[in-house]
Formats: sequence, structure tokens, C-alpha cells
Amino acid sequence: MRCLESELTRLLRPRIVPLLQAAPLSLVFLVFFIVPLVLTMIVSFWDYTDYALIPDFTFQNYQEIFEGCVSRLPDLCVTFKTYWSTLKFCVMVWFLTLVIGFTLAYFLRFHVQTTTMQIVLFLLCTIPFWTSNVIRMISWIPLLGLNGLVNNGLLAVGLVDQPLEWLLYSEFSVALAFVHLYTLFMIVPIFNSMLRIDDSLLEAAYDAGAGGWQTLVNVVIPLCRPGIAIGSIFVVTIIMGDFITIGIMGGQQIASIGKVIHVEMQYLQFPAAAANAVILLMIVLMIIYGLTRVVDVRKEL
Amino acid sequence: MDRTGHCRLTDVSKRYGDAVALRKVNLDIPAGHYCCLVGPSGCGKTSTLRLIAGHETVSDGSVTIDDVRMNECEPAQRPTAMMFQDYALFPHLNCLDNVAFSLKMGGVSKSERHVRARELLALVHMEEYEKRLPNQLSGGQQQRVALARALVTNPSVLLLDEPLSALDPFLRVRMRDELRRLQQELNLTFVHVTHSQEEAMALADMVVVMNQGEIEQVDSPQAVYNHPASVFVARFIGGHNIFKADVVSLQGDSAFLSSGTGNFRTPAEGLVEGQNVAFAVRSDKIVVSKQSGDAGENAVAGRVRSIEYQGAWVKLGLDADGMDELTVVLAEDIFNAGPVAIAEAVVASWQTGDIHILSGDGS
Repeated sequence: MRCLESELTRLLRPRIVPLLQAAPLSLVFLVFFIVPLVLTMIVSFWDYTDYALIPDFTFQNYQEIFEGCVSRLPDLCVTFKTYWSTLKFCVMVWFLTLVIGFTLAYFLRFHVQTTTMQIVLFLLCTIPFWTSNVIRMISWIPLLGLNGLVNNGLLAVGLVDQPLEWLLYSEFSVALAFVHLYTLFMIVPIFNSMLRIDDSLLEAAYDAGAGGWQTLVNVVIPLCRPGIAIGSIFVVTIIMGDFITIGIMGGQQIASIGKVIHVEMQYLQFPAAAANAVILLMIVLMIIYGLTRVVDVRKEL
Repeated sequence: MDRTGHCRLTDVSKRYGDAVALRKVNLDIPAGHYCCLVGPSGCGKTSTLRLIAGHETVSDGSVTIDDVRMNECEPAQRPTAMMFQDYALFPHLNCLDNVAFSLKMGGVSKSERHVRARELLALVHMEEYEKRLPNQLSGGQQQRVALARALVTNPSVLLLDEPLSALDPFLRVRMRDELRRLQQELNLTFVHVTHSQEEAMALADMVVVMNQGEIEQVDSPQAVYNHPASVFVARFIGGHNIFKADVVSLQGDSAFLSSGTGNFRTPAEGLVEGQNVAFAVRSDKIVVSKQSGDAGENAVAGRVRSIEYQGAWVKLGLDADGMDELTVVLAEDIFNAGPVAIAEAVVASWQTGDIHILSGDGS
């Protein structure tokens, strides 16, 4: 009997220990990620009235989202228009943060000579993050408003006769705020990728006759691909789901898919909001899948 | 065909701010020679290599290759190619594209550059690995690819920066043979930086010993070993015992020297009475006998401190008055004919002809 017991513990033990070690994180993951996600999926198939949620299994919520979307083509339905608007911001901001982020990371890595200076400048980049998201957005308003600093300045110099209206509560101001808020999410992973590029590789490229631009295209960018992919995932997922920045900086006039979900929740139309959330999730996952197909992100981790 | 790849450095100095890396270096490497630059770290050997490559610019003096001034030329404009210390292979490119890289930069079409790159991979026996990425190769294989990459542009001077230091000792010896074979086959000038005198001895036609930004000696390996020019060279190259003594008197061809260690008789060779000189005796030229009391001429009394068996050789370390250590290397059979034990009193002696006077005061 005793023999059998020890045999059992011998068999079980090596499996139990790693499972126990992984348990706390798995539990957190389960409670705060898997369960809400599954609940959202379930609720997205429920029915609802103005005052009640009715457990059910119906595709009605999904049908309503895409109602007339196919039949009215080439005119865009509300859902398609909203997605189009969100995607447009997404691509535009992704491109801008990528260019700015890459340039700044490049400067930090290859033009700043000492490590101390690199750290100092890097911390400088993070200073805006010492204040909250909302404050950073709102602080644009006195700058960009009709009587804001920029307009007053332009009027004073005489470059314009009338204050520019498109500076604030416009697509411009939304994009500006996005770029301002999220460029750091590009800088960090790209900078990290660049730190792994050995200086001798750049010398080898120089020895092989590569000019600055050729080195950038043939050596630096390919080696930064994992960093670019990770930064892109950050920026794309944040912008696809955003409703606060678009709300504040767009003067509540610009549609976004995050905002649609937000409004539906305010009207207690939870099943409709859940259905929208599931669709958004699918689209974001598809984008991420596409990115990971282009770049092997695991290399970076 | 005339050999090309004649490198000449004339009065070359290199300063980094206030620090002087090279001081008026003159070096003439004939075409087709295998030249090894050796010296301790910080002696300027790598700076010299990088100046020839064009990765650094000279502060003073000139660098010419085949009598063409190279001072202002970019690395790619020079008939040189560099092989970097850790190979510096591009991790995102496979072997073929790594080798073809400089051709790609030069605008050679894809098919053409791949044909050429395959030729080079075949030269270093790596043609089967053309699709592999560098991190899928062993150190020795990476080195071959790096070699092929450096050779792809048909350089007349190949510059190697500590090419063997990243390899394990066994591979190092094998790659050494291979480097030598390639150099002879391709008939190129090789300039090879190393901190290992053994490597330099094994490979070079021409050894350049450097110290503190200056060249101490340029010679064939045999000459460097048998006639080290200075105390530094004798120490660095190893296998030598260095003695310091005062000249007591001169008689005909002989000089009689004396120090706290013993009394010596050396060739006169322009020595002056009262002069403090340093001389070297190769540790394999010294014989050891069991004998106590006064040692006599060209002999030093001491005690055995260590015995190291090295196969064909036995290396003895002796404690002698006024010296750090006296090293004696004996052939195994000679040692066995009269074995000594640790702490035994012995006398080490040598012939006058085995003494080599060194320049410099031996400090």
C-alpha cells in the first residue's frame, strides 16, 4: 500500500508543481479576461427590450448591426461608415506614429552617443505620461480653440484673417491627440529592437559600400520589424477601441465604433453593445493576425 | 600577373582627442604577404587595421595601397575588405544574401550576384548552407561565411580583426590552417590582428609586434623568436628568460656581466663597461643539473618551484635570486634522464652563444 502511495506521488508530483506555479496568473487571466469575454459573447445573443434583458439565442443583434449594409452598397450603411471612419484614423495615426516613433528611436539609438544621454532623453519622452490621459487631451483646447494660442498667433502675424475652425473639434485635432498620446508606444518597442542591433553590423554594411539610406533599408528596418509589429499592435488596438479621445477632441461629432458601443451601453442596450464589441474584437484580431503573419513577433520576446 | 595589395603606412599617427592611439607608425606590407599584428590590448593593432580599412581616418601621415593614396577614400572605395571580430553577419539574411550583400549595394542584379556568392560559398565549402540564417550555423561555419562575404568583392587586401578569438581551441587550429591555405591559394595580402603570439607565429610571413601605439619589431616569425628586438618583444613572445646585469669588464669578443643573480659571459657586441643591459636566453636552451654551491659562469643557482608535464616537454619553474622566475623547458627524455623534484637545489646553465642582447634597459 505504502509502495503504491509513493508511486502515485512520484507520478503526480512533477505535474502538480508547475501547474501550481502557473495557477495564480491563470486565475487572474480567467476571472478578468476569459469570463468577461465569454459573458460578452453570450449576452450578444440575448434579446432585450427598453427595460429588460431576455436570455435567448438570437442573431437579431448582429442582423440589426448589418441591416441594409449589403443591399444598399455602394452607399455605406451606418456601421460601415463608422468602421470606415475608425479604420481611417487607425491607418493615419498608425502611419504617423510609426514615422515619428521610428525617427525618434533611430535618433536615440544611433545619434545619441552616451548611454546616460539616451536614458535622459528617453525619460523626457515619458514626461507627458506623468499626467492623465484626459488632462493631456484637454490641454490642447486652449491651444487650438477659436481664441486659442495658435489662432491668436496666426491672426497677430497676419497669416489668416479669420480664426481657423478646423484646428479643434475636427479630424485634425483627433489625429493630433492620438499621435501625441500614442507615439511613445511605437518608440519603446522600436528602440528596444534597435538596441539589439550591433554597431559592427552597421560597420559591416559601410564596409560593403552601403550608403546611409541603403543601410537603413537593408539592415536597420528589417532588424526592427519585430519592434515595429509590437508598436503597431499597441497603437492599432488602442485606436480601434477608443471613444474618449474621439469624443473630446472631435467635439462629440465624429463617429467611432467605440463610441457606438459606449452609447448603446448608456441606453442599457447591452446585447447590442456586446454584439458590436464581438465584431470589433474579431476585426482587431484579424489585424493582429495579419501583422504576426508578416513579422515573427516571438523573436522579440 | 602582378600581385596587388601592397600596403604602406607612412608616419601614421592616430589621436582620439588627447589620447594617442598610434605614434608615427611606418609599416610596409609587401603584396601577397600574410602579416600578423600582435600586441597586448590597447597597443594600437586594431586601430592600425581600421585605418587601412578606412573605418578610421588618420590624424597624420598617409596610407597607400599599391602606391595609391587612400587617406580620403571610403572603405568601399579601397581594395580592402574587412572581416569583423564577431563576424558581423546580418542576422536577417541567409548565407547567400549575406555573401551577396556588397554586390547588392553595388547594384549588381540578383541572378548575377547569387552566382558569384555561390562561387564564394563553394570556396569556403559552405555551398550546402546557403539558405541557412547565421544563427543556425556553428561558430566555424559563421566564420567561413564571413570570409566568403569579405572576399566577394575581389579585394587585394583582406583585413581580419581577431578572426579566431570566438572559436574553441580545436577549431581555432583548424581554421588557422584554412586561413593560411586560402591566403596562398588566392594570393592576397592578409593583415591579421591577434593578441596571440602563437597564432601569429603559426600564420604569418611577417610579424608586427606593437606596444603602446608604436611598432616594436617587424620580422619573420623565426627572427622575432630568435632575435627579439626589445625586452617587451621577448616578454610578449614568450619562451624567453630575461636577465638584467651590469657590464663589469670587456675582454676581446667577450663581455663579463654580473648581477645579484649570477655572473655571465656574453658576446661583446658593442657593450660598454658599466652599462646596464638586458639579455634573453630561450628557456629551451637552458640545461639543469643537480649541483649545489657556486654556480660559475652563465649559470644560475636556484630551487625548483614547479614542474609541469606538457607531453613532449617538461616545463620547470625555478626560484632564483634577483629574478621573478626562471623557466626551463626540457625535452621529456632529457628530464627523465635526471629527474628533479620540487624544492630541490639545482643549477641552470647555458652557452654563451645562446645569449641574445636586448635593446632597452629592461624596465
